[in-house]
Amino acid sequence: MKMLDLSAACSTAIALVIGLDPQMLDIVRLSLLVSGSAVLLAALIGLPLGAMLALAEFPGRGVLVVTINACMGLPPVVVGLAVYLLLSRAGPMGRFGLLFTPSAMVVAQTVLVLPIVAALSRQVVADLWEEYGEQLRSLGAPRPVVMATLLWDGRFSLLTAVLAGFGRACAEVGAVMIVGGNISGVTRTMTTAIALETSKGDLPLALGLGIILIGLVTVVNAAVFLVGQAARRRMG
Amino acid sequence: MLKRLMILAALLLPSTVWAEERFITVASTTSTDQSGLFGHLLPLFQRDSGISVRVVAVGTGQAIKLGERGDADALLVHDRAGEDKFVAEGFGLDRRDVMYNDFVLIGPSGDPAVVKGLASVGEAFKRIAAAKAAFASRGDDSGTHRGELRMWKAAGVDVKAAGAGWYRELGSGMGPTLNTAAGMNAYVLADRGTWASFKNRQSLAIVVEGDKTLFNPYGSILVNPARHSGIKAADAQAWHHWLTGPKGQAAIAGFKIDGEQLFFPDAR
Repeated sequence: MKMLDLSAACSTAIALVIGLDPQMLDIVRLSLLVSGSAVLLAALIGLPLGAMLALAEFPGRGVLVVTINACMGLPPVVVGLAVYLLLSRAGPMGRFGLLFTPSAMVVAQTVLVLPIVAALSRQVVADLWEEYGEQLRSLGAPRPVVMATLLWDGRFSLLTAVLAGFGRACAEVGAVMIVGGNISGVTRTMTTAIALETSKGDLPLALGLGIILIGLVTVVNAAVFLVGQAARRRMG
Repeated sequence: MLKRLMILAALLLPSTVWAEERFITVASTTSTDQSGLFGHLLPLFQRDSGISVRVVAVGTGQAIKLGERGDADALLVHDRAGEDKFVAEGFGLDRRDVMYNDFVLIGPSGDPAVVKGLASVGEAFKRIAAAKAAFASRGDDSGTHRGELRMWKAAGVDVKAAGAGWYRELGSGMGPTLNTAAGMNAYVLADRGTWASFKNRQSLAIVVEGDKTLFNPYGSILVNPARHSGIKAADAQAWHHWLTGPKGQAAIAGFKIDGEQLFFPDAR
Protein backbone atom coordinates (compact mmCIF):
# COMPACT_ATOMS: atom_id res chain seq x y z
CA MET A 1 0.00 0.00 0.00
CA LYS A 2 1.44 3.30 -1.07
CA MET A 3 1.31 6.33 1.19
CA LEU A 4 -0.80 8.04 -1.41
CA ASP A 5 -3.49 5.36 -1.07
CA LEU A 6 -3.52 5.69 2.68
CA SER A 7 -3.87 9.46 2.64
CA ALA A 8 -6.54 9.17 -0.07
CA ALA A 9 -8.34 6.68 2.18
CA CYS A 10 -8.14 9.02 5.16
CA SER A 11 -9.47 11.97 3.19
CA THR A 12 -12.23 9.77 1.75
CA ALA A 13 -13.17 8.69 5.27
CA ILE A 14 -13.18 12.27 6.49
CA ALA A 15 -15.26 13.43 3.52
CA LEU A 16 -17.78 10.63 4.13
CA VAL A 17 -18.08 11.47 7.81
CA ILE A 18 -18.28 15.24 7.33
CA GLY A 19 -20.65 14.97 4.38
CA LEU A 20 -22.94 12.65 6.39
CA ASP A 21 -23.57 10.81 3.15
CA PRO A 22 -27.15 9.47 3.58
CA GLN A 23 -26.33 6.17 1.90
CA MET A 24 -23.41 5.67 4.24
CA LEU A 25 -25.53 6.58 7.26
CA ASP A 26 -28.00 3.86 6.25
CA ILE A 27 -25.17 1.35 6.01
CA VAL A 28 -23.78 2.36 9.39
CA ARG A 29 -27.23 2.24 10.96
CA LEU A 30 -27.89 -1.23 9.57
CA SER A 31 -24.48 -2.51 10.69
CA LEU A 32 -25.04 -1.30 14.24
CA LEU A 33 -28.63 -2.53 14.31
CA VAL A 34 -27.80 -6.01 13.04
CA SER A 35 -24.69 -6.53 15.15
CA GLY A 36 -26.29 -4.86 18.17
CA SER A 37 -29.40 -7.07 17.97
CA ALA A 38 -27.25 -10.17 17.53
CA VAL A 39 -25.15 -9.27 20.56
CA LEU A 40 -28.24 -8.51 22.63
CA LEU A 41 -29.78 -11.88 21.77
CA ALA A 42 -26.50 -13.66 22.35
CA ALA A 43 -26.15 -11.98 25.75
CA LEU A 44 -29.72 -12.84 26.77
CA ILE A 45 -29.03 -16.50 26.05
CA GLY A 46 -25.28 -16.68 26.56
CA LEU A 47 -24.94 -15.12 30.02
CA PRO A 48 -27.37 -17.48 31.80
CA LEU A 49 -26.07 -20.38 29.73
CA GLY A 50 -22.49 -19.60 30.74
CA ALA A 51 -23.45 -19.26 34.40
CA MET A 52 -25.41 -22.50 34.26
CA LEU A 53 -22.43 -24.32 32.76
CA ALA A 54 -20.18 -22.95 35.48
CA LEU A 55 -22.40 -24.03 38.34
CA ALA A 56 -24.41 -27.05 37.30
CA GLU A 57 -23.01 -30.54 37.52
CA PHE A 58 -24.32 -32.96 34.95
CA PRO A 59 -22.85 -35.73 32.84
CA GLY A 60 -21.36 -34.48 29.60
CA ARG A 61 -20.72 -31.00 30.94
CA GLY A 62 -17.06 -31.20 30.00
CA VAL A 63 -17.93 -32.11 26.43
CA LEU A 64 -20.40 -29.24 26.24
CA VAL A 65 -17.87 -26.75 27.62
CA VAL A 66 -15.23 -27.85 25.12
CA THR A 67 -17.77 -27.69 22.29
CA ILE A 68 -18.83 -24.16 23.17
CA ASN A 69 -15.22 -23.06 23.57
CA ALA A 70 -14.41 -24.54 20.17
CA CYS A 71 -17.41 -22.77 18.63
CA MET A 72 -15.77 -19.43 19.43
CA GLY A 73 -13.78 -20.16 16.29
CA LEU A 74 -16.74 -20.99 14.05
CA PRO A 75 -15.95 -19.85 10.50
CA PRO A 76 -18.49 -17.15 9.54
CA VAL A 77 -18.81 -18.51 6.01
CA VAL A 78 -19.86 -21.91 7.33
CA VAL A 79 -22.39 -20.38 9.70
CA GLY A 80 -23.66 -18.23 6.84
CA LEU A 81 -24.05 -21.27 4.64
CA ALA A 82 -25.87 -23.25 7.33
CA VAL A 83 -28.28 -20.39 8.02
CA TYR A 84 -28.74 -19.92 4.27
CA LEU A 85 -29.74 -23.58 3.83
CA LEU A 86 -32.15 -23.22 6.74
CA LEU A 87 -33.83 -20.04 5.43
CA SER A 88 -33.72 -20.81 1.71
CA ARG A 89 -37.15 -21.26 0.11
CA ALA A 90 -36.08 -24.86 -0.52
CA GLY A 91 -35.09 -25.19 3.16
CA PRO A 92 -37.07 -26.04 6.31
CA MET A 93 -37.82 -22.40 7.20
CA GLY A 94 -38.17 -21.04 3.71
CA ARG A 95 -41.81 -20.08 4.05
CA PHE A 96 -40.97 -17.28 6.49
CA GLY A 97 -39.26 -15.38 3.67
CA LEU A 98 -36.38 -14.30 5.89
CA LEU A 99 -33.53 -14.92 3.47
CA PHE A 100 -31.81 -11.75 2.26
CA THR A 101 -33.31 -9.67 5.09
CA PRO A 102 -31.65 -8.07 8.13
CA SER A 103 -33.37 -10.69 10.34
CA ALA A 104 -31.42 -13.43 8.58
CA MET A 105 -28.23 -11.52 9.27
CA VAL A 106 -29.15 -11.19 12.95
CA VAL A 107 -29.73 -14.94 13.18
CA ALA A 108 -26.35 -15.75 11.60
CA GLN A 109 -24.46 -13.28 13.76
CA THR A 110 -26.20 -14.49 16.91
CA VAL A 111 -24.94 -18.00 16.17
CA LEU A 112 -21.44 -16.56 15.79
CA VAL A 113 -21.51 -14.43 18.93
CA LEU A 114 -23.34 -16.79 21.30
CA PRO A 115 -20.40 -19.18 21.89
CA ILE A 116 -18.08 -16.26 22.67
CA VAL A 117 -20.44 -14.78 25.26
CA ALA A 118 -21.30 -18.19 26.75
CA ALA A 119 -17.72 -19.46 26.92
CA LEU A 120 -16.25 -16.28 28.41
CA SER A 121 -19.06 -15.81 30.92
CA ARG A 122 -18.75 -19.45 31.99
CA GLN A 123 -15.09 -18.76 32.83
CA VAL A 124 -15.90 -15.54 34.70
CA VAL A 125 -18.65 -17.17 36.78
CA ALA A 126 -16.56 -20.27 37.44
CA ASP A 127 -13.74 -18.12 38.82
CA LEU A 128 -16.15 -16.19 41.03
CA TRP A 129 -17.72 -19.42 42.23
CA GLU A 130 -14.30 -20.66 43.29
CA GLU A 131 -13.82 -17.47 45.29
CA TYR A 132 -17.25 -17.05 46.87
CA GLY A 133 -18.69 -20.54 46.56
CA GLU A 134 -18.06 -21.42 50.17
CA GLN A 135 -19.84 -18.30 51.40
CA LEU A 136 -22.83 -18.69 49.13
CA ARG A 137 -23.15 -22.35 49.99
CA SER A 138 -23.13 -21.58 53.72
CA LEU A 139 -25.92 -19.06 53.16
CA GLY A 140 -27.89 -21.83 51.52
CA ALA A 141 -28.87 -19.66 48.59
CA PRO A 142 -30.87 -21.48 45.90
CA ARG A 143 -29.09 -21.93 42.56
CA PRO A 144 -30.93 -19.24 40.55
CA VAL A 145 -30.04 -16.70 43.22
CA VAL A 146 -26.41 -17.85 43.19
CA MET A 147 -26.35 -17.54 39.40
CA ALA A 148 -27.82 -14.05 39.47
CA THR A 149 -25.49 -12.97 42.28
CA LEU A 150 -22.38 -14.18 40.49
CA LEU A 151 -23.46 -12.68 37.16
CA TRP A 152 -24.03 -9.36 38.89
CA ASP A 153 -20.68 -9.58 40.70
CA GLY A 154 -18.90 -10.32 37.46
CA ARG A 155 -20.72 -7.70 35.41
CA PHE A 156 -17.64 -5.71 34.49
CA SER A 157 -15.78 -8.76 33.22
CA LEU A 158 -18.95 -9.95 31.51
CA LEU A 159 -19.23 -6.62 29.75
CA THR A 160 -15.85 -7.32 28.19
CA ALA A 161 -17.15 -10.72 27.07
CA VAL A 162 -20.12 -9.04 25.42
CA LEU A 163 -17.84 -6.47 23.78
CA ALA A 164 -15.71 -9.29 22.40
CA GLY A 165 -18.88 -10.65 20.84
CA PHE A 166 -19.77 -7.23 19.45
CA GLY A 167 -16.32 -6.95 17.89
CA ARG A 168 -16.76 -10.32 16.24
CA ALA A 169 -20.20 -9.38 14.88
CA CYS A 170 -19.10 -6.00 13.53
CA ALA A 171 -16.01 -7.41 11.86
CA GLU A 172 -17.38 -10.48 10.10
CA VAL A 173 -18.32 -10.40 6.46
CA GLY A 174 -18.66 -14.05 5.45
CA ALA A 175 -21.98 -14.80 7.12
CA VAL A 176 -23.84 -11.56 6.37
CA MET A 177 -22.68 -11.69 2.75
CA ILE A 178 -24.31 -15.10 2.23
CA VAL A 179 -27.56 -14.69 4.17
CA GLY A 180 -27.97 -10.96 3.48
CA GLY A 181 -26.91 -10.93 -0.15
CA ASN A 182 -25.31 -7.46 0.13
CA ILE A 183 -28.41 -5.89 -1.42
CA SER A 184 -27.99 -2.16 -1.86
CA GLY A 185 -30.14 -0.25 0.64
CA VAL A 186 -31.53 -3.40 2.23
CA THR A 187 -28.79 -5.67 3.54
CA ARG A 188 -25.57 -3.81 2.82
CA THR A 189 -23.44 -3.43 5.94
CA MET A 190 -20.08 -1.79 6.51
CA THR A 191 -18.15 -5.01 5.95
CA THR A 192 -20.01 -6.09 2.82
CA ALA A 193 -19.68 -2.56 1.43
CA ILE A 194 -15.94 -2.71 2.07
CA ALA A 195 -15.74 -6.08 0.28
CA LEU A 196 -17.74 -4.63 -2.62
CA GLU A 197 -15.62 -1.50 -3.02
CA THR A 198 -12.47 -3.61 -2.83
CA SER A 199 -13.76 -5.78 -5.64
CA LYS A 200 -14.53 -2.68 -7.69
CA GLY A 201 -10.91 -1.68 -7.22
CA ASP A 202 -11.89 1.50 -5.37
CA LEU A 203 -9.29 0.91 -2.68
CA PRO A 204 -9.35 4.41 -1.14
CA LEU A 205 -13.14 4.21 -0.64
CA ALA A 206 -12.88 0.66 0.75
CA LEU A 207 -10.16 1.67 3.16
CA GLY A 208 -12.05 4.86 4.04
CA LEU A 209 -15.08 2.78 5.02
CA GLY A 210 -12.73 0.52 6.99
CA ILE A 211 -11.42 3.50 8.93
CA ILE A 212 -15.00 4.54 9.74
CA LEU A 213 -15.85 1.01 10.92
CA ILE A 214 -12.83 0.91 13.22
CA GLY A 215 -13.79 4.36 14.49
CA LEU A 216 -17.34 3.21 15.23
CA VAL A 217 -16.21 0.14 17.14
CA THR A 218 -13.80 2.33 19.09
CA VAL A 219 -16.58 4.76 19.99
CA VAL A 220 -18.82 1.93 21.21
CA ASN A 221 -16.00 0.48 23.30
CA ALA A 222 -15.10 3.88 24.73
CA ALA A 223 -18.72 4.51 25.69
CA VAL A 224 -18.93 1.17 27.47
CA PHE A 225 -15.61 1.81 29.17
CA LEU A 226 -16.72 5.22 30.46
CA VAL A 227 -20.06 3.91 31.69
CA GLY A 228 -18.25 1.06 33.44
CA GLN A 229 -15.83 3.43 35.11
CA ALA A 230 -18.58 5.76 36.27
CA ALA A 231 -20.49 2.81 37.71
CA ARG A 232 -17.42 1.50 39.48
CA ARG A 233 -16.71 4.90 40.96
CA ARG A 234 -20.24 5.28 42.24
CA MET A 235 -19.89 1.94 43.99
CA GLY A 236 -16.70 3.19 45.61
CA MET B 1 -34.22 -22.72 19.43
CA LEU B 2 -33.48 -21.04 16.14
CA LYS B 3 -37.17 -20.54 15.56
CA ARG B 4 -37.54 -18.80 18.89
CA LEU B 5 -34.46 -16.72 18.11
CA MET B 6 -35.97 -15.65 14.87
CA ILE B 7 -39.25 -14.59 16.41
CA LEU B 8 -37.27 -12.62 18.97
CA ALA B 9 -35.23 -11.04 16.23
CA ALA B 10 -38.37 -10.16 14.34
CA LEU B 11 -39.75 -8.47 17.45
CA LEU B 12 -36.54 -6.59 18.10
CA LEU B 13 -36.00 -5.26 14.63
CA PRO B 14 -38.20 -2.33 13.75
CA SER B 15 -40.21 -3.34 10.74
CA THR B 16 -39.05 -0.26 8.87
CA VAL B 17 -35.71 -1.98 8.33
CA TRP B 18 -37.17 -4.20 5.66
CA ALA B 19 -39.88 -1.70 4.81
CA GLU B 20 -42.99 -3.48 3.67
CA GLU B 21 -42.56 -2.39 0.11
CA ARG B 22 -43.45 -4.37 -2.96
CA PHE B 23 -40.27 -6.03 -4.11
CA ILE B 24 -38.83 -8.93 -6.01
CA THR B 25 -35.43 -10.55 -5.69
CA VAL B 26 -33.30 -10.89 -8.80
CA ALA B 27 -30.17 -13.02 -8.78
CA SER B 28 -27.68 -11.57 -11.18
CA THR B 29 -24.02 -11.33 -11.85
CA THR B 30 -21.35 -9.12 -10.42
CA SER B 31 -20.65 -7.84 -13.94
CA THR B 32 -24.07 -6.22 -14.28
CA ASP B 33 -24.18 -4.94 -10.71
CA GLN B 34 -20.65 -3.60 -10.33
CA SER B 35 -20.72 -1.79 -13.65
CA GLY B 36 -23.56 0.30 -12.20
CA LEU B 37 -26.18 -0.93 -14.68
CA PHE B 38 -28.70 -1.87 -11.99
CA GLY B 39 -28.21 1.46 -10.28
CA HIS B 40 -29.37 3.00 -13.56
CA LEU B 41 -32.22 0.58 -14.40
CA LEU B 42 -33.91 -0.10 -11.09
CA PRO B 43 -35.14 3.43 -10.28
CA LEU B 44 -36.64 3.63 -13.79
CA PHE B 45 -38.42 0.31 -13.39
CA GLN B 46 -39.66 1.26 -9.94
CA ARG B 47 -41.04 4.51 -11.26
CA ASP B 48 -42.89 2.65 -14.01
CA SER B 49 -44.18 -0.24 -11.93
CA GLY B 50 -44.00 0.60 -8.23
CA ILE B 51 -41.99 -2.57 -7.72
CA SER B 52 -38.52 -2.38 -6.26
CA VAL B 53 -35.93 -4.94 -7.23
CA ARG B 54 -33.45 -6.39 -4.77
CA VAL B 55 -30.38 -7.59 -6.60
CA VAL B 56 -28.19 -10.32 -5.21
CA ALA B 57 -25.04 -10.11 -7.31
CA VAL B 58 -23.06 -13.34 -7.50
CA GLY B 59 -21.43 -15.44 -10.21
CA THR B 60 -23.72 -16.91 -12.88
CA GLY B 61 -23.22 -20.43 -11.48
CA GLN B 62 -24.32 -19.33 -8.02
CA ALA B 63 -27.15 -17.19 -9.40
CA ILE B 64 -28.55 -20.26 -11.16
CA LYS B 65 -28.24 -22.24 -7.91
CA LEU B 66 -30.19 -19.50 -6.09
CA GLY B 67 -32.88 -19.85 -8.75
CA GLU B 68 -32.98 -23.63 -8.39
CA ARG B 69 -33.59 -23.26 -4.65
CA GLY B 70 -36.26 -20.64 -5.24
CA ASP B 71 -34.30 -17.90 -3.48
CA ALA B 72 -34.74 -15.47 -6.35
CA ASP B 73 -37.82 -14.59 -8.41
CA ALA B 74 -35.94 -13.97 -11.66
CA LEU B 75 -32.41 -14.26 -13.02
CA LEU B 76 -30.32 -12.04 -15.25
CA VAL B 77 -27.24 -14.06 -16.13
CA HIS B 78 -24.80 -14.81 -18.93
CA ASP B 79 -24.12 -18.42 -19.69
CA ARG B 80 -26.33 -19.64 -22.49
CA ALA B 81 -25.60 -23.33 -21.92
CA GLY B 82 -26.31 -23.06 -18.19
CA GLU B 83 -29.44 -20.98 -18.83
CA ASP B 84 -30.89 -23.50 -21.27
CA LYS B 85 -30.19 -26.32 -18.82
CA PHE B 86 -31.90 -24.37 -16.05
CA VAL B 87 -35.03 -24.00 -18.19
CA ALA B 88 -34.89 -27.56 -19.55
CA GLU B 89 -34.78 -28.97 -16.02
CA GLY B 90 -37.96 -27.10 -15.19
CA PHE B 91 -36.44 -24.56 -12.79
CA GLY B 92 -36.94 -21.61 -15.09
CA LEU B 93 -39.45 -20.27 -17.59
CA ASP B 94 -39.43 -18.04 -20.65
CA ARG B 95 -35.71 -17.33 -21.17
CA ARG B 96 -35.33 -14.15 -23.20
CA ASP B 97 -32.40 -12.31 -24.73
CA VAL B 98 -31.90 -8.99 -22.97
CA MET B 99 -28.62 -7.47 -24.04
CA TYR B 100 -25.03 -8.22 -24.78
CA ASN B 101 -21.69 -6.75 -24.08
CA ASP B 102 -18.33 -8.25 -24.77
CA PHE B 103 -15.36 -9.69 -23.01
CA VAL B 104 -11.99 -8.04 -23.35
CA LEU B 105 -8.57 -9.58 -22.85
CA ILE B 106 -6.63 -7.50 -20.38
CA GLY B 107 -2.85 -7.68 -20.09
CA PRO B 108 0.12 -6.03 -18.41
CA SER B 109 1.83 -3.18 -20.23
CA GLY B 110 4.98 -5.32 -20.72
CA ASP B 111 2.88 -7.75 -22.82
CA PRO B 112 5.23 -10.75 -22.31
CA ALA B 113 3.23 -13.00 -24.68
CA VAL B 114 3.15 -10.33 -27.42
CA VAL B 115 -0.60 -10.41 -28.00
CA LYS B 116 -1.46 -6.72 -28.06
CA GLY B 117 -3.63 -5.80 -31.01
CA LEU B 118 -4.28 -9.37 -32.20
CA ALA B 119 -7.66 -9.78 -33.88
CA SER B 120 -8.17 -13.33 -32.61
CA VAL B 121 -8.50 -14.19 -28.97
CA GLY B 122 -7.74 -17.84 -29.83
CA GLU B 123 -4.36 -16.84 -31.21
CA ALA B 124 -3.73 -14.68 -28.14
CA PHE B 125 -4.58 -17.58 -25.82
CA LYS B 126 -2.21 -19.88 -27.76
CA ARG B 127 0.61 -17.35 -27.42
CA ILE B 128 -0.03 -16.85 -23.70
CA ALA B 129 0.12 -20.63 -23.15
CA ALA B 130 3.26 -20.96 -25.31
CA ALA B 131 4.98 -18.14 -23.43
CA LYS B 132 3.70 -19.52 -20.11
CA ALA B 133 2.78 -15.93 -19.27
CA ALA B 134 0.82 -15.52 -16.05
CA PHE B 135 -2.95 -15.75 -16.62
CA ALA B 136 -5.46 -15.04 -13.87
CA SER B 137 -8.66 -17.08 -14.20
CA ARG B 138 -11.85 -16.41 -12.25
CA GLY B 139 -12.07 -20.11 -11.41
CA ASP B 140 -15.45 -19.56 -9.76
CA ASP B 141 -17.92 -21.14 -12.19
CA SER B 142 -19.20 -17.71 -13.19
CA GLY B 143 -20.44 -16.85 -16.66
CA THR B 144 -17.10 -15.22 -17.44
CA HIS B 145 -15.22 -18.27 -16.16
CA ARG B 146 -17.36 -20.62 -18.23
CA GLY B 147 -16.82 -18.38 -21.28
CA GLU B 148 -13.07 -18.32 -20.67
CA LEU B 149 -12.91 -22.14 -20.45
CA ARG B 150 -14.75 -22.41 -23.76
CA MET B 151 -12.19 -20.08 -25.35
CA TRP B 152 -9.24 -22.12 -24.06
CA LYS B 153 -10.86 -25.24 -25.42
CA ALA B 154 -11.38 -23.60 -28.80
CA ALA B 155 -7.73 -22.51 -28.79
CA GLY B 156 -6.70 -26.12 -28.17
CA VAL B 157 -5.03 -25.40 -24.85
CA ASP B 158 -5.64 -27.77 -21.95
CA VAL B 159 -5.40 -25.50 -18.93
CA LYS B 160 -6.13 -28.34 -16.53
CA ALA B 161 -2.89 -29.95 -17.74
CA ALA B 162 -1.02 -26.67 -17.46
CA GLY B 163 -0.47 -27.34 -13.79
CA ALA B 164 0.01 -24.62 -11.23
CA GLY B 165 2.59 -22.28 -12.70
CA TRP B 166 1.31 -19.78 -15.21
CA TYR B 167 -2.45 -20.54 -15.21
CA ARG B 168 -3.83 -19.40 -11.88
CA GLU B 169 -7.37 -20.14 -10.78
CA LEU B 170 -8.33 -17.53 -8.22
CA GLY B 171 -11.84 -18.59 -7.28
CA SER B 172 -12.93 -14.94 -7.02
CA GLY B 173 -15.33 -12.45 -8.50
CA MET B 174 -14.38 -10.24 -11.43
CA GLY B 175 -13.18 -7.32 -9.33
CA PRO B 176 -10.96 -9.32 -6.96
CA THR B 177 -9.55 -11.20 -9.97
CA LEU B 178 -8.65 -7.90 -11.64
CA ASN B 179 -7.06 -6.69 -8.40
CA THR B 180 -4.95 -9.85 -8.23
CA ALA B 181 -4.08 -9.73 -11.93
CA ALA B 182 -2.93 -6.13 -11.48
CA GLY B 183 -0.79 -7.25 -8.56
CA MET B 184 0.92 -10.08 -10.42
CA ASN B 185 0.98 -8.58 -13.92
CA ALA B 186 -1.15 -11.35 -15.35
CA TYR B 187 -3.41 -11.57 -18.38
CA VAL B 188 -7.08 -11.82 -17.50
CA LEU B 189 -10.37 -12.13 -19.34
CA ALA B 190 -12.91 -9.57 -18.11
CA ASP B 191 -16.31 -8.32 -19.12
CA ARG B 192 -16.14 -4.82 -20.51
CA GLY B 193 -18.57 -3.37 -17.99
CA THR B 194 -16.59 -4.36 -14.90
CA TRP B 195 -13.37 -3.29 -16.60
CA ALA B 196 -14.80 0.11 -17.52
CA SER B 197 -15.75 0.87 -13.93
CA PHE B 198 -12.67 -0.76 -12.37
CA LYS B 199 -10.35 1.72 -10.70
CA ASN B 200 -7.25 -0.16 -9.52
CA ARG B 201 -5.79 -0.87 -12.99
CA GLN B 202 -2.11 -0.26 -12.26
CA SER B 203 -0.28 -1.42 -15.45
CA LEU B 204 -3.21 -3.34 -16.94
CA ALA B 205 -4.82 -2.38 -20.25
CA ILE B 206 -6.97 -3.95 -22.94
CA VAL B 207 -4.83 -6.05 -25.29
CA VAL B 208 -7.41 -7.88 -27.42
CA GLU B 209 -10.99 -6.84 -28.18
CA GLY B 210 -13.58 -7.04 -30.91
CA ASP B 211 -13.23 -10.76 -31.76
CA LYS B 212 -16.74 -12.16 -32.21
CA THR B 213 -15.97 -15.07 -29.86
CA LEU B 214 -15.80 -12.40 -27.14
CA PHE B 215 -19.52 -11.76 -27.57
CA ASN B 216 -21.24 -12.01 -24.17
CA PRO B 217 -25.04 -12.26 -24.25
CA TYR B 218 -27.23 -11.90 -21.17
CA GLY B 219 -30.55 -13.63 -20.65
CA SER B 220 -33.48 -12.97 -18.33
CA ILE B 221 -35.27 -16.02 -16.91
CA LEU B 222 -38.28 -16.32 -14.64
CA VAL B 223 -37.96 -18.76 -11.77
CA ASN B 224 -40.67 -21.39 -12.10
CA PRO B 225 -43.23 -20.63 -9.35
CA ALA B 226 -44.44 -24.22 -9.46
CA ARG B 227 -41.18 -25.44 -7.94
CA HIS B 228 -41.29 -23.49 -4.68
CA SER B 229 -43.87 -21.59 -2.72
CA GLY B 230 -43.42 -17.90 -2.19
CA ILE B 231 -42.08 -16.99 -5.64
CA LYS B 232 -43.46 -13.60 -6.66
CA ALA B 233 -44.43 -14.69 -10.14
CA ALA B 234 -46.58 -11.75 -11.23
CA ASP B 235 -44.17 -9.02 -10.15
CA ALA B 236 -41.22 -10.95 -11.54
CA GLN B 237 -43.07 -11.18 -14.84
CA ALA B 238 -43.60 -7.41 -14.82
CA TRP B 239 -39.84 -6.97 -14.46
CA HIS B 240 -39.09 -9.58 -17.12
CA HIS B 241 -41.44 -7.89 -19.60
CA TRP B 242 -40.22 -4.40 -18.77
CA LEU B 243 -36.58 -5.39 -19.18
CA THR B 244 -37.17 -7.02 -22.56
CA GLY B 245 -39.73 -4.41 -23.64
CA PRO B 246 -39.15 -1.00 -25.25
CA LYS B 247 -38.70 0.92 -21.98
CA GLY B 248 -36.16 -1.45 -20.47
CA GLN B 249 -34.31 -1.79 -23.74
CA ALA B 250 -34.07 1.98 -24.12
CA ALA B 251 -32.86 2.28 -20.53
CA ILE B 252 -30.11 -0.29 -21.16
CA ALA B 253 -28.96 1.59 -24.26
CA GLY B 254 -28.92 4.80 -22.26
CA PHE B 255 -26.49 3.51 -19.64
CA LYS B 256 -23.03 4.93 -20.22
CA ILE B 257 -19.79 5.24 -18.30
CA ASP B 258 -17.58 8.12 -19.45
CA GLY B 259 -19.70 8.40 -22.56
CA GLU B 260 -19.17 4.74 -23.47
CA GLN B 261 -22.21 2.48 -23.91
CA LEU B 262 -21.52 -0.78 -22.08
CA PHE B 263 -24.54 -2.97 -22.81
CA PHE B 264 -26.39 -3.33 -26.09
CA PRO B 265 -30.06 -4.29 -25.93
CA ASP B 266 -31.00 -7.21 -28.16
CA ALA B 267 -34.40 -8.46 -27.01
CA ARG B 268 -36.70 -9.57 -29.81
